[in-house]
Amino acid sequence: MHEYSIVQALLAQVERQAARHGASAVRRLEVRIGELSGVEVDLLKTAYEMMRDRTICDGAPMEVTPVAARWECRACGQAIPQGMALRCAACGSGARLTAGDEIMLDRIELEVADV
Amino acid sequence: MCETCGCGDPEMVPVEVQEKILSGNERQAAHNRAHFGEHGVLAINLMGSPGAGKTAVLEATARALSGRRLAAMAGDLATERDAERLRAAGIPTQSITTGSACHLDADLVHRALHHIALDGIDYLFIENVGNLVCPAVYDLGQAFNVVALAVTEGEDKPLKYPVMFRKADLVLVTKVDLLPHLPDVRVEAIEENLARVMPALAVLPVSARTGQGIDTWTAWLERERPRQHPSGVAAHHQHG
Repeated sequence: MHEYSIVQALLAQVERQAARHGASAVRRLEVRIGELSGVEVDLLKTAYEMMRDRTICDGAPMEVTPVAARWECRACGQAIPQGMALRCAACGSGARLTAGDEIMLDRIELEVADV
Repeated sequence: MCETCGCGDPEMVPVEVQEKILSGNERQAAHNRAHFGEHGVLAINLMGSPGAGKTAVLEATARALSGRRLAAMAGDLATERDAERLRAAGIPTQSITTGSACHLDADLVHRALHHIALDGIDYLFIENVGNLVCPAVYDLGQAFNVVALAVTEGEDKPLKYPVMFRKADLVLVTKVDLLPHLPDVRVEAIEENLARVMPALAVLPVSARTGQGIDTWTAWLERERPRQHPSGVAAHHQHG
């Protein structure tokens, strides 16, 4: 279960952003998780809900956008359907993953004292 | 807060971060990679299930590459058993006891590097924690990911653990000496399944016990090693 380490890194990342912007709290997080990233969305949410208490993210909901895997030929760019052999039917070259390995923090909403 | 106009209320500030959550690990991995490059060391991240034969493969590798200088790190939740076996095989080994952590990360490897003299070392094998899931997520700074998959684990493992095999540069199908006892397991079927999850299929059947395939494995290592050397002919590695 490495999702706890992922959340640990995420919380540290959000803390840095909050400090940079002089924020007192975080209202919301948006993350993007690829199908082939090795991170399970449900486990990530559970880990986040357990770990956010008494951090800057206390009470802040995390919205997770899953990203489907997309393969294409690394030579000619032809799409290769997942589940098939990852070899281009047209030219025989190997494949490249163009989407689906994301473990990204996209956006946060911070509370910054109005001055 | 001012009750007349609301001044002093905290303001909501949206921030587009667009940053990898593991960017800290990636920075540390890049640092490790630079270390390996400076010393001309080929670093291999060896992953696989518990009992896939990772340590046995390294023992056989030490026998076959007796002219080269090897070093290793062995990650385990508890005990020094793997490290002791590797030392007995003549590989100076630093153990990394992870406690409850299910994987190595770049920082654990970096700390272990402080206990290994890389000068004169040709190969550094990082034996990851036995696990087909978590280690795949963390870059350690290795040149290659190699995954050991034992024939006894069954033909379907590549399809069940696509993330691990997607990250593999080479899969060693281990314990092939047991195939006569496994009528339902065919190496060809394992390869067919690997072809569906590996973007560039590279598979070698080996047996640490009989030595089958170990020469092909060490030839693969020897072919890749000079590219890592700072004064090597082709310093820039390209995936084929």
